[in-house]
Amino acid sequence: MNFDFSDDEKLVQDQISRFLRDNCDLSVCRSVLEGEEAFATAVWQGFSEMGVQGSAIPAAYGGVEAGYLTLCLAALELGKRLAPVPFSSSIYLAAEAVSRYGSDSQKETWLPKLASGELIGTLAVTETVEDVSPGNIETNFSNGVLNGTKLIVPHGLVADIAVVVARCGDELTLVLTELDGSDRRAVDTVDPTMASATIEFKNTDAESLDVSDGWAALEDIYNRAAVLYAFEQIGGAEKALDMAVAYAKERFAFGRPIGSFQALKHMMADMYVALKLAESNCYYAAWALENDSADLPLAAATARVSATQAFQLCSRDNIQVHGGMGFTWEFDCHLYYRRSNFLTVVLGGLSNWENKLVSALPEVA
Amino acid sequence: MDFSDTAEEAAFRQEVRSWIAENAPTYLFESLSTSGFGSTRTGEYDPLEEARKWQKKKADAGWACLQWPKECGGRGATPIESVIWNQEEGVYGRLSGTFIIGHGMCGPTMMAYASEGQKQRYLPKLASGEEIWCQLFSEPPSGSDLAGLRTRAERDGDDWVINGQKIWTSGAQNSDFGILITRTDPEVPKHKGMTMFFLNMRSDGVDIRPIKQLNGDSGFNEVYFDNVRIPDAQRLGEVGEGWKVSLTTLMNERMAIGGGIATGFPEIHELVDQLRIASGKAIEDPAVRSRLADWYAKSAGLRNTASRAITSLSKGETPGPENSIGKLVAGGMMQDVAKYAIDLQGLGGVILDPEIAAGSAKVQSMLMRSPGVRIEGGTDQILRNIISERVLGLPEDMRADKGVPFNKIPTGS
Repeated sequence: MNFDFSDDEKLVQDQISRFLRDNCDLSVCRSVLEGEEAFATAVWQGFSEMGVQGSAIPAAYGGVEAGYLTLCLAALELGKRLAPVPFSSSIYLAAEAVSRYGSDSQKETWLPKLASGELIGTLAVTETVEDVSPGNIETNFSNGVLNGTKLIVPHGLVADIAVVVARCGDELTLVLTELDGSDRRAVDTVDPTMASATIEFKNTDAESLDVSDGWAALEDIYNRAAVLYAFEQIGGAEKALDMAVAYAKERFAFGRPIGSFQALKHMMADMYVALKLAESNCYYAAWALENDSADLPLAAATARVSATQAFQLCSRDNIQVHGGMGFTWEFDCHLYYRRSNFLTVVLGGLSNWENKLVSALPEVA
Repeated sequence: MDFSDTAEEAAFRQEVRSWIAENAPTYLFESLSTSGFGSTRTGEYDPLEEARKWQKKKADAGWACLQWPKECGGRGATPIESVIWNQEEGVYGRLSGTFIIGHGMCGPTMMAYASEGQKQRYLPKLASGEEIWCQLFSEPPSGSDLAGLRTRAERDGDDWVINGQKIWTSGAQNSDFGILITRTDPEVPKHKGMTMFFLNMRSDGVDIRPIKQLNGDSGFNEVYFDNVRIPDAQRLGEVGEGWKVSLTTLMNERMAIGGGIATGFPEIHELVDQLRIASGKAIEDPAVRSRLADWYAKSAGLRNTASRAITSLSKGETPGPENSIGKLVAGGMMQDVAKYAIDLQGLGGVILDPEIAAGSAKVQSMLMRSPGVRIEGGTDQILRNIISERVLGLPEDMRADKGVPFNKIPTGS
């Protein structure tokens, strides 16, 4: 058994990690949060130079073709730094949608530009404040044009193209559209570093992807993206835990470091346990994604559920360990808290994924 | 990443598989397969006798205590070979419960501290199950605070004289020998005044009394020592070094790798798959599905963590600290699973009779056994201390007894 990443994969991870350490500390996330720029363009540019966006995109379409295990490790490193770049929307969602459901010519047109970072993509799904279901997609696609409004599109503010889930007659389908002509406005969310927008389509030109069942295609894209988001989540969880541990060692109260109190030690031990369970489930899901395993729906949901739990717990209790300082704008605790709560629902809520997990369980013997 | 064996591992697995196919007590397969948590079912056959027979057969063929050196009764195998053995032994491994303490803890301690002559005398028979060993550590006033133990050993000529009481000694009633930690000097701080011995459990003055547990079973014992004499030649390590010796023992706590750790997930899954509740089939109820998903994610997390440990062993590395989470996660989960499963059945859920209860009362026995799981071999709280101090590097607790002579430490009585 070799249930570990290869040396080559770890080497790439190390390059990304060093680049982010030097160019993307939390002050970068904070500057995006405070509106100094819509996303970290210098980090995006650096990724382009290193080929990170194209990690799992075939060489024939301008990618590096290093595989999904490498992409998982890139996601992990991004998650650790809360990197405020449209990587997840553009790569886990838009590029995956084109790569799995695009025609040859669509792949030739769009994938090289997504792989190089020249274009930013996203996936537009949600239209209401209810969790997404086939029944609440109203955006219409007919005669080559889109009409309707997507209420919240992550990175919709900065994306150049969007894959849109739309209704075509009685069926759901996926279409691709350029966003430069559409009407979009920023929407205020718990994590402004995710650059979310409301996008309105009025007779906007769009092209169909090759999809027979739009909902099934969306589920397929979500399952694959769930693995990658889970790696971002455990990256964030790990750093939130590190931050809590570091603070508990240096902060004194009652004449001793607060990290010597069992009430806090045990809280952090539980954070560690949640993180390790999630990490191991992510490893398995990475294997399932890379190998197109029939186990992917179960492995992805399992990684998603435990990574969501871990990041939520670690980001929440990191604030608790910090006490009053953790509740200030000045301390970085809220950056993890914001991101964890956004990522929890970015592909539909936790209860949705719990439900999918149980549906994917093997039959009782 | 891949889950397949290396060529050598595959060859070893094949060898193990064919030996087991030819030699395992297949007549016990059915009963062993239905064993609930904490029980070994052998149907009409005597469990201890069957355990000894299987162990002896393994030892004669070189399949006992795989990682021990050959001269100690083992096979000199690598850790990964040991894991492969555990995976292949499957349900027959449930027969080994009687030997876990002896093989996992007493043996390694003897290997590290006994004389060459003693090793030759005792280890092969320990490996083959001909002699059973127990570990005499916990005492009524010292469980989590093991170093607070009070059983006295006083020197008398070439012997030591032991007086005091041990508790929670698994399998003492079946044991031929035991390793025993004692207090030899109460006037120095507690970690410094202890000494380790091994003794014949049939010595004069040893009195073994089973403990009736809250679930009515008796897996543990109290052991009383009344002027029990142990020759100085049976001392393990130096006088006053008993704590160091005990750490060797505790470090060797068997990692439940390969065999897998019981969490209760298969039991709750099987139960809700069949059960009907007010809203219809239990497994279709959103609240049930939410719990089930959480528990699956935990049990899968433990299984996948074990795969990472196996990978480390396969590469010849030491598994990482993430392996310390197993019992902490599994013990609490088992208790939660049992409570929830019973709750879903309403009043009928409290029925313990396996003939009447759903799923042969497996969740009911888990309910009554799991409180012990969260205590034995390190309470949930001690495990959290270990994770926070040794893994996360947080400061130790402030200790009221630090540096204080043992006989001056407050006892509350």
